[in-house]
This record gives sequence, structure tokens and C-alpha cells, in this order.
Amino acid sequence: METVQYIASWVLLMAGSFFCISGAVGTLRFPDFFTRMHAAGVTDTLGAGLILIGLMLHTHWDLVLLKLIFILLFTLFISPTASHALAKAALHSGLKPMLAGSIKNSEKGESSSKS
Amino acid sequence: MAFLALIAMAIARVKDLFVAVMLFGIYSLVSASFFVVLDAVDVAFTEAAVGAGISTLLMLATLMLTDRHEKAIRHRSGLAMFIIVITGALLIFGTLEMPFFGMETAPVHQHVAPRYINDSMTEIAVPNMVTSVLASYRGYDTFGETVVIFTAGMGVYVLLKSSKKTGKALKPRVVTAVMHQHMILRIVSKLLIPLILLFALYVQFHGDFGPGGGFQAGVIFAAGIILYAMLFGQNTARRLMNFPFIRVLSAVGVLLYGSVGIVSMLQGGSFLDYSVLAHDPIHGQHLGILLVELGVGITVATVMLIIFFMFTGRYYNRDEEY
Repeated sequence: METVQYIASWVLLMAGSFFCISGAVGTLRFPDFFTRMHAAGVTDTLGAGLILIGLMLHTHWDLVLLKLIFILLFTLFISPTASHALAKAALHSGLKPMLAGSIKNSEKGESSSKS
Repeated sequence: MAFLALIAMAIARVKDLFVAVMLFGIYSLVSASFFVVLDAVDVAFTEAAVGAGISTLLMLATLMLTDRHEKAIRHRSGLAMFIIVITGALLIFGTLEMPFFGMETAPVHQHVAPRYINDSMTEIAVPNMVTSVLASYRGYDTFGETVVIFTAGMGVYVLLKSSKKTGKALKPRVVTAVMHQHMILRIVSKLLIPLILLFALYVQFHGDFGPGGGFQAGVIFAAGIILYAMLFGQNTARRLMNFPFIRVLSAVGVLLYGSVGIVSMLQGGSFLDYSVLAHDPIHGQHLGILLVELGVGITVATVMLIIFFMFTGRYYNRDEEY
């Protein structure tokens, strides 16, 4: 039972780190603001979530587990909301997503409206 | 540490102020992780909350009022560079005589730290040694910090107070009108803001046992209210937290701290000597630390709110003044 716990937590931690790294690479390499935001959101939600679940498997049923569950719950609530707020702010400032066929990449709107 | 130096240089060189504000946030985040690596979790907590949260927010609020780009510097000053180099060299020369960072024979590690570490449990009996040092052994310094925070809040208030009567409701601008469409954000924040405030109270009173204490709790509380103000408009937030009441509360926090000191003087001990506050020294220390942290938390939360409301109120009143 112990070994299963350790192996499962190892797998989850590795998967979480992979998603974090891929999110970081994506934030740097994606061409458009909205795709970059998606990459950052993946880092926040999926990467952090998997790492948290991997950590949860290390403890027994005590206070630390409860705190980790709370952190996971809040992260699942908050990071998609943050991505949504970012997208909303960008759209409100006039930044259009780069759809297939359009090459124009206007970066003007990332700052002014504080929402 | 190398990252910190790099980020600091980038902040100084970059001309776009928005980028500079974001870099400040990143700087605070890297410092917070640096503190975690050094095992100073309390400090990391405070740094992350204040630096990466409130500070970035306030700087963005300031950016709303000013230009986005720094004005170009007209001349290069050779004299300034020369003075900086001389001062830097003198400072480095002064540190050559000091013991190395972390060396065991430094006086700090020989006399002061062992005394605190060895005697903290017996004299104060609070599991979190940081709180015992902050609130009890070094109570004067923390009192000074609280007064500094209060002074900063008062300074901002006096400088930025608008000349109109404060009873008038603020004119709603386009920004707040847009907020009505933000259904998802409003619903999620309605779920989360009570929990944020609850967490602030938890951190406040849990400072004895884990990382926490007055400063972190105050900042988290203020962040919750600021989130509410950003999403639901300044008018509702000002109605919710009656602004004159908040001003009075910030003074109440400092007064609480000071009166703990005065009461311990009246009981026969010296200023801020908590041992005489209750029937036995350990309980006195606990009571003293509790009251003092409460004072700090109240002052920090209210001062953050004062600063935020002053900054954003200035933005809203800008049309009427200029």
C-alpha cells in the first residue's frame, strides 16, 4: 500500500511538473495573447492541481491533508477565474484573438483598463 | 539572488512604466521564494501578500493617473555616477571588517540568538518563535513599525484628500459601469470574499502557532475588501466600510498597542513588559501578544484600505478637479 502511494504520488508530481514546464514554454512561445494566457492558465490549474494531489498522497489523514484539500479547491476556483478576468480585460481593451488567416498581432490593449 | 539583481537592473532600465510595475511584482515574488528557501516562512508570507499583491495593485492604481512611459532623461550626469561609485566603494570597504554572512562566531549568533532560542519556550511558551521575538522580545521595534504604517496612511490621506465634501457620492465612471457585466467574477468573488476575510482572521489569531500574525492578516483582510471594491464599485465599498470609521480604526490599532504598554507600566513592570498583565507571567505574555497583534492587524488593514481608497478616489474625482 505504501509503495502504491509513493508510485502514484511520483507519477502525479512528474505530470504536474511537466504541465508547469509546458505552460512556461507556451507562455513564451505562443504567438498571440489569448493562447499565451491559455498556457499560463494550464500552469496554474492543471500543473498546480496535479502537484497538490501528488503531495496529498504523502500524508496521513491529518490537518495537513485538510489544508492541501482547501488549497486545491481554492486553486480550482481561482485560476480559471483569473484567466477569465484576463481575457475579459483584453477583449474590453480591444485586443482581438488571432484567428486562422489573420496575421495582425496588436498588442496595444494589455494595460489601460483596470478591471 | 542573481535573479533579484537582474530584475532590479531591468526595473531601472526599462522605460515603460507598466512593465516596470509588473517587474516589481515579479521581484517581490522571487524575494518571497528566496525567503522560503532560507526557511523564513513568516517573512515570505508577508512579502508575497504585500509585495506581489497590494503593492502591485497600488502602483497600477497610480499608473491610471499618470503617463505610461517615463519621460526621457535630458542629460547624463557624470557627477552623479562618480558619487555613487565612491559611496558604493566606501560601503563595501566598511563591510570587509564584518563577519561573513551566517558565520557562527558573529556576535548576533553568540549572544542574542541563543538567548531567544533557548529561553523563548520557558519565558513565553508560544510555539512560533518568530511571533515571540516580534511581539514580545522586540516589542518596541514592532510598535515603531506600526506607528510608521499609521503615519504613512495618514500622510497619504492628508496629501490626497480631495477638496470636495466627502459626503457626496462619487460620480460613477465608465469603468464601474462595465463591472456590471462581469457576472462570473462577481459570483466567484461573492463566494470567495467571506472566505478570504475568514482566512485573514485565522491568520491573525493563529500567529502563535504557525506562520502568521498581525501584518499578514491585515494585508489579507484589506485585499479582500479591495477585491470587493474593484468588482462592485467604489460607492458600495465606501458605504460598506464607512470611511471615517476606517480612519478612526487605524488610530485605534496603534492606541491598542500603546495602551498595552501603558497598562503594563501601571501594573508595575516597564513599558511593554507583558509578564505583569495577568496572574502569572506566561499568561501575561500570551495576553500581551494577542492584544498587540490585534492592534497591528487593525492598523495594517485600515491603512491599506485608506491608501487604496485615496488612490482610486483621486481617479474618480479627477474630472471635477482639473
